Amino acid sequence: MSVSLVLLIVMAVLYACGIYLMLERSMTRVLLGFLLVGNATNLLIIIMAGQSGVAPIVEDGVTVDEMTDPLPQALILTAIVITFAVSAFLLALIYRSWRLEREDNVEDDVDDVAMRLGENGVLTEKSDAASSDTEFGILADAAVTTARDLEEDDERAAAEATDPERASEPVANDPEKAPLKPKGGTE
Amino acid sequence: MNALVPLVVMIPLIGAALALILGKRPALQRIVTVVALTAVLVVGVILLLVVDAGEPLMVEVGGWAAPFGIVLIVDRLAALMVVVSAAVLLAVLIFSVGQGLADGHDETPVSIYYPTYLILGTGVFNAFIAGDLFNLYVGFEILLVSSYVLITLGGTQARIRAGVTYIVVSLVSSMFFLASIAMIYGAVGTVNIAQISLRMAEIPQDVQNILHVMLLVGFGIKAAVFPLSFWLPDSYPTAPAPVTAVFAGLLTKVGVYSIIRTETVIFPGPDLNPALMIVALLTMVVGVLGAIAQADIKRLLSFTLVSHIGFMILGVSLGSAAGTAAAIYYIVHHIVVQTTLFLATGLIERQGGSTSINKLGGLLAASPIIAILFFIPALNLGGIPPFSGFIGKLALFEASAEQGSVLAYVLIGAGALVSLLTLYSLVRVWNLAFWRGADEVEGYESELLTNLSEAPQGATVTKSRTTPRLMIGATAAMVALGVALTVFAGPLYAISDRAGENLEGPSFYVDIVFPDGPAPIDGGAE
Repeated sequence: MSVSLVLLIVMAVLYACGIYLMLERSMTRVLLGFLLVGNATNLLIIIMAGQSGVAPIVEDGVTVDEMTDPLPQALILTAIVITFAVSAFLLALIYRSWRLEREDNVEDDVDDVAMRLGENGVLTEKSDAASSDTEFGILADAAVTTARDLEEDDERAAAEATDPERASEPVANDPEKAPLKPKGGTE
Repeated sequence: MNALVPLVVMIPLIGAALALILGKRPALQRIVTVVALTAVLVVGVILLLVVDAGEPLMVEVGGWAAPFGIVLIVDRLAALMVVVSAAVLLAVLIFSVGQGLADGHDETPVSIYYPTYLILGTGVFNAFIAGDLFNLYVGFEILLVSSYVLITLGGTQARIRAGVTYIVVSLVSSMFFLASIAMIYGAVGTVNIAQISLRMAEIPQDVQNILHVMLLVGFGIKAAVFPLSFWLPDSYPTAPAPVTAVFAGLLTKVGVYSIIRTETVIFPGPDLNPALMIVALLTMVVGVLGAIAQADIKRLLSFTLVSHIGFMILGVSLGSAAGTAAAIYYIVHHIVVQTTLFLATGLIERQGGSTSINKLGGLLAASPIIAILFFIPALNLGGIPPFSGFIGKLALFEASAEQGSVLAYVLIGAGALVSLLTLYSLVRVWNLAFWRGADEVEGYESELLTNLSEAPQGATVTKSRTTPRLMIGATAAMVALGVALTVFAGPLYAISDRAGENLEGPSFYVDIVFPDGPAPIDGGAE
């Protein structure tokens, strides 16, 4: 089985860059890294198909030895579709996180931090949005206030749909949900 | 009977499509979902009976002959796993229906929950009956992508944070898996598991080891085996209670199932068994030590989940029919019991308004039913006789002693210690949350609570609304199922035993796919 050196080098570079990006805290970079790693893996499958040849269609005079191996291409098609779906989902997730907190970084788990700092550990250092190394830079200064309101609206709409009586009374016992602000301008 | 095999995947998939169409009609959607899972359960039971009575089933999808087309295979192990997962999925579904009816779907919002849940089931079932490595990958992806949706359900900041950890780690494991499929294809020119098994013997040992380790790393991340388990306690607890329950019960077990297939069919040689034993030891010990340090019940249970994955890996790593049989029984037991404990924790959260043992108290007086529903599976998980946890552990220890190496005896000791520590952490929950009076919670001093730390803002859940009967009923059904595993341990263990025998060496599995003897070595794709 001979292998194209160019493909091999491209694959290695894609893997290296992709893994580097996936180790970042910024979710956008993780997404880019995932795309690179996904494509590198697709290249790996192509490389494993062996030598290239003519289209694998049985015609007169074409022997099996001259054909390309079709199976890896089928595998890659499936893998591409999966990568596509997952990256769409990741984008939606990044957008949601951005709307909620103007935040692109993955924060430490609060329980882990508490454990690390001891019994009464309180997370004091929160990464400073302005100085943090995100794609959004200094734009990331405040959360989109309407995002939370929209969420409440959604919940209220869902509640109304199932139980009209319940929705009319304010959601009790939850300070965050209780005051329903008037609808801000939606974006 | 072969016609039943694809139904296991088709029913939930079609059900998901229907449920999605019925998005505006929650009542119909619930009915479709429950009916679909019940149907799968029935089909699964029939399959198990048929397969256990006689021949395993094999379906060539689309009529393409074995090494070229995709094959679906139901042997005893696959059928058993399908039945248990269908039962657990159904019980958790009913639990979440109850929760949804009571809370106006705050936790499990709107129209996407039920379809996604069914697709999760599709992925799990597909992974169990796949006879083709790439089809297994597709099954994994189906269940993973729907689990991404479920774990970030509602899209709150906490869930997105936990979800990102989970998603990125899962993506890495998928990439490992896909890359190892590519390498295996490069080495043996096929993705059919039976044919891989036949051809792998001709590959040089060092290449085999590389492929073997790559596959195991991919599956190990999914199964949360020790050095690769860091993500689990971080991401599971934030999801809604039913979602956490089904993830804890099923998703890691799909990883363990794949490891069993890898170890028994693809790489049946004993080369990596000692390494697996050490990994099993570390998983058990590190997991349970994590559990002891937790104050939050959900996190505590997540750590015991990791710890008990070690027991299953121990059974697999013994490389004997007895070990595999014990591992299979233990998987069945653990799926049921771990799910039950998470459901019971969901009830505790509603009743007590928290899942932190620092803040809970007086639950025994407040709700004796919940107390019983927590107590029985807790003892079961800790391995108190006569429960199934005890039977499973005893079988594992017996198989280890049979193997007789020094490492096996070390593992027996560690296993006993881990059971004790599991019991300790669960009994502490019992003492504090249930036995302690509600008025004693303020300023309570006890050695049980020293060095327990938790997040400052943790546990601000709304204290209950009532606990619906449907939720209690679903949890009680799961407890009953757990007890049934004990009562009917004889027949169940006999099935596991036969499944274990089938998995001793790859020949049984290969014969299912190639009943007329192995295909000639040069008859493959290249």
